[in-house]
Amino acid sequence: MEKLEDFKLGMQNAIPICLGYIAVSFAFGIQASEAGLTTLQAVIMSLTNVTSAGQFSSLSLITAQASFAEMALLQLIINLRYMLMSTALTQKLKSDVPTIHRMGIAYGVTDEIFGVSILKGGELRPAFSYGLIFLSVFGWVLGTFLGAVAGQIMPGRIISALGMAIYGMFLAIIIPEAKAKKSVMIVVISAMLLSSVFTYAPVLSSISSGFRIIIVTVVIATLAAIIAPVKDSDKEEVEADA
Amino acid sequence: MRSPYMYIAVMAIVTYLIRVLPLTLIRKEITNKFVKSFLYYVPFATLAAMTFPAILNASDYMVSSLVGFIVALVLAIRNKSLLTVAASGCIAVFIVELIIQLM
Repeated sequence: MEKLEDFKLGMQNAIPICLGYIAVSFAFGIQASEAGLTTLQAVIMSLTNVTSAGQFSSLSLITAQASFAEMALLQLIINLRYMLMSTALTQKLKSDVPTIHRMGIAYGVTDEIFGVSILKGGELRPAFSYGLIFLSVFGWVLGTFLGAVAGQIMPGRIISALGMAIYGMFLAIIIPEAKAKKSVMIVVISAMLLSSVFTYAPVLSSISSGFRIIIVTVVIATLAAIIAPVKDSDKEEVEADA
Repeated sequence: MRSPYMYIAVMAIVTYLIRVLPLTLIRKEITNKFVKSFLYYVPFATLAAMTFPAILNASDYMVSSLVGFIVALVLAIRNKSLLTVAASGCIAVFIVELIIQLM
């Protein structure tokens, strides 16, 4: 019965995530259908990937019929942050949690699910994670479905406005940390500037959007890691800076 | 013509490997300072690069996109939730486009 309680608790914690996901994946569904994906393809992508940035960025590559290698590399770079999150999550699990449960929890590592999991007090139990993942992914897939269907019948003005949703979500993820840490603020601004250069400068602008993101990320994150390596006592440092 | 299903499969496999390998293989903390720092900065660099300047073309007009960007930015600075920031940005774009089309 304890497992059932954990599962329910996980679902309760997922309610705000679920609502946010419906809104953002609705916008994704619309863009996917605009990019020529069928409703089924969009839904399968959301169910098997559960990534925001990765899925949105994939659309232009699919439209452009980019190589599978470019797609794999783009997903690797954009989703590399999940590697860090999984590494942090593994510390929250008891060492006797079997591999099969670790594989299950891995399916649902996203920015928001990670945030709730890591902030939860005490050890992380698989049943809690499954509840959290179940409702969150349900929202992500439902929103995708509704968006893909609605995208074919909705007025253009609403579709245009919903194009802003994903960027609002990205800003909500990066800005609070940028406010708290000067090095993150500099990384954010530099990445935006370098990305602008690659978008508008002659010659450089011919580089595809996928490689543009890859290059900017690797260059900026490498420089930041050399110039401002993260200290172990990060939280103390933030307080000292404030 | 490459099938969308093939792209989806490539994406799903790469993404799942990223998530599953640390959870199943790493049971200790990463100690290499450079690797730790690089991984820490990656999400901020990626999401920032994806947001700007692409956000300026997020809607039908650059003016409405710019207003949506500013509204979302201000709310994000004020630590509003993901849902609030995303929805407010969309509503701002909708209102500005409504005004543009009435003019």
